[in-house]
Amino acid sequence: MSASRGDPVSAGRGGSASAARANGGSGGLGLGKDLTGLESLTGAQIEAILDTAEPFKEISERRIKKVPVLRGKTIVNLFFEPSTRTRISFEFAEKRLSADTVYIGASDSSVEKGESLVDTARNLEAMRIDMVVIRHGSSGAAAFLADRIPSNVVNAGDGQHEHPTQGLLDLLTIRDRFGSLAGRRVCIIGDILHSRVARSNIWGLLACGAEVAVCGPKTLIPLGIEELGVTVLSRLEEAIEWADVLYVLRLQLERMSAGFVPSLREYNRVFGVSRARLERAPREMVVLHPGPMNRGVEIDSDVADGPWSLILPQVTNGVAVRMAVLYLLAGGAPELAEAAKEGA
Amino acid sequence: MSRPFLLTGGRLVDPSQELDGPGDILVRDGRIEACGDGIAGPEEAEVVDVGGLVVAPGFIDVHVHLREPGGEHKETIESGARAAAAGGFTTVWTMPNTDPPIDDPAAVGYVRAAGERAEGARVFPIGAASCGLAGERMTEVGELVAAGAVAVSDDGCPIWDADLLRRLLEYTQTFGIPVLQHSEDTALSRHGVMNEGKVATALGLRGSPNVAEAAMVARDCYLAELTGGHLHVCHVSTREAVEQIRRAKDRGARVTAEVTPHHLALTEDAVRGYRTEAKMNPPLRTQEDREAVTQALVDGTIDVIASDHAPHHYEEKEREFDDAPFGVVGLETTLGVAMRELVEPGRLTLSGLVDRLSCAAARTMGLESGTLRPGSPADIVVFDPEECWIVEPSSFLSRGRNTPFAGVEMIGRVRHTWVGGRLRYRLPREGQARSGALAAAGSEPMKGKVFSR
Repeated sequence: MSASRGDPVSAGRGGSASAARANGGSGGLGLGKDLTGLESLTGAQIEAILDTAEPFKEISERRIKKVPVLRGKTIVNLFFEPSTRTRISFEFAEKRLSADTVYIGASDSSVEKGESLVDTARNLEAMRIDMVVIRHGSSGAAAFLADRIPSNVVNAGDGQHEHPTQGLLDLLTIRDRFGSLAGRRVCIIGDILHSRVARSNIWGLLACGAEVAVCGPKTLIPLGIEELGVTVLSRLEEAIEWADVLYVLRLQLERMSAGFVPSLREYNRVFGVSRARLERAPREMVVLHPGPMNRGVEIDSDVADGPWSLILPQVTNGVAVRMAVLYLLAGGAPELAEAAKEGA
Repeated sequence: MSRPFLLTGGRLVDPSQELDGPGDILVRDGRIEACGDGIAGPEEAEVVDVGGLVVAPGFIDVHVHLREPGGEHKETIESGARAAAAGGFTTVWTMPNTDPPIDDPAAVGYVRAAGERAEGARVFPIGAASCGLAGERMTEVGELVAAGAVAVSDDGCPIWDADLLRRLLEYTQTFGIPVLQHSEDTALSRHGVMNEGKVATALGLRGSPNVAEAAMVARDCYLAELTGGHLHVCHVSTREAVEQIRRAKDRGARVTAEVTPHHLALTEDAVRGYRTEAKMNPPLRTQEDREAVTQALVDGTIDVIASDHAPHHYEEKEREFDDAPFGVVGLETTLGVAMRELVEPGRLTLSGLVDRLSCAAARTMGLESGTLRPGSPADIVVFDPEECWIVEPSSFLSRGRNTPFAGVEMIGRVRHTWVGGRLRYRLPREGQARSGALAAAGSEPMKGKVFSR
């Protein structure tokens, strides 16, 4: 990739999905055309993405938060499921890199009229777009799209499969705090069964050498999870005894009506992360949460707002990580990110 | 009547007569007149040289979906019957979960008549077990049988009401037909779209556990034992269900079972990449399950191979995994897969395979065919047991292209299929378009192999 003159975003796009993939769109990282999950990435690739995010953090601290890295690029944010945080985080990342963006939501897209995902994608492609950020309720939807269009595809959450940029921002936040991921003990608490965030974190953390455990009611722990390389802990007390990092997942309120847990009150009593429990931790501990929180259910307010919490740094890092991912998929070289943000 | 014809030089494989060796077959008036070594045909008989090929009783598939009426964009009775003949099948039993379902005598008669017009394999309708497949009220089983139904089933919708299944297993005894059950506890399978376990967890797909099948099979086997009725367990996919069937047979229950080619050949790993062409119900399971169903077929716990041929239109499968329909086609790949998975590795002899594809179904379901014995209908398949070929879905006679075996090398290729003495399929020569059109009997058999090994 010949990235010169502080304008590293010059990678030519292949004429087809496979050609683009063979070229790799990621400045020598070998990420390929798309980011559909962390499962297939190596620790070195993930660390390189996090390294690339570092220089982008500073852009958001400027008075004028804009660099021309993606000037002239068209990005479609295709959100078949409602999202506030992820959508806004992507939009900020795109706008701060000067891309032209369009938002399509499930209710105003032709999906309402019964258009299939493949037809929606082909129509967008016919308008000559460069990238698609997709959020979809079905596992595999991002990969499905990526296989069928030559544009770069970024998975912003597909069903219960993966949410790779969330995983990356979580890893960056943990790395910021502890200096490295290797050897860190992270326990993910709650609804693992339905969580794409849990899966992306598991793959990413394991690839980077962290130890991972999961903890929650057995109704929400998927069968075969140990075979992914994680330990299952059945009680929150064990998790607090063991971990450096508690990653608390949101308990979707509909899990109660579906009978996975009998009541929110009981869930809070057994699996809720509270100050009293954390004060018994044998070591310094931090708490992450992907948001939005159900205060008083999976996490108590004095934890969310207390010294353990890295929840707001996660949100800040989200923008930087997404800038890094968009930059890399557009063909930017990691080592030129510093120069790129100075702009032309 | 058409001219008699003599198949000469072939290897006759007919386990119903414990036959495996060189021999000839004389066919006259739609029936087998003579079968054995050195038969001298009458003067006027046409001679068909089948040297180097296997001659066997035509295959019987007790579980296919031909989609008509209501799903003609997926398959028609005509295209399905011709696809069956191309796969070496001379008899197929069609499931009643069409739109509308085959739950009254007129509908049964329609399927039967369309099957006769199709000029492919014989098409025998399976009637619905309950009205509208709703699982509530028994259909007029006697009327369905009188109209030509050969069995009853609510396939696709498991008969969950144990008492309804009990009454069906009792009532059908008057007519001597089996009840075919898709055994699945849908509360346990929880709308799963693949096997529950490691792969589903990694892919974030809802999983259906083995117990969803096994628990239902256990219950159904006890009902068969209680009633003495004939229960046929469709598409067995789990090692636990195999255990239940084995136990029920040991206790003398009238239980038979089938396994599909895809459950013999594939595991849940085939779903990786969200491949909708590997989505079916029951789902592909683990290697242990695959081994257990293979062993069960070998030792006779599972009686027959059935394709569960389930064609879909390509755009229905070109979807998000959750939204794609269940099912794969199988009629035109069953022999190739079975040869690859069973005969080639030495799990079954050729004779054993012909039994599982033909004789066993005739024996357990009480059919006249499935044998080359003189006097039987001339339902005959001729295949090359050594020819290797690559599955190319666009050349299927079925309208469905949804196979997990596209591009996979198969062993064993059907050359001719006769149904009641009429040539219903002949493998075209190289470069010739494939079609169900009938060539005159007795034309030269193909020379050379399309894909040599």
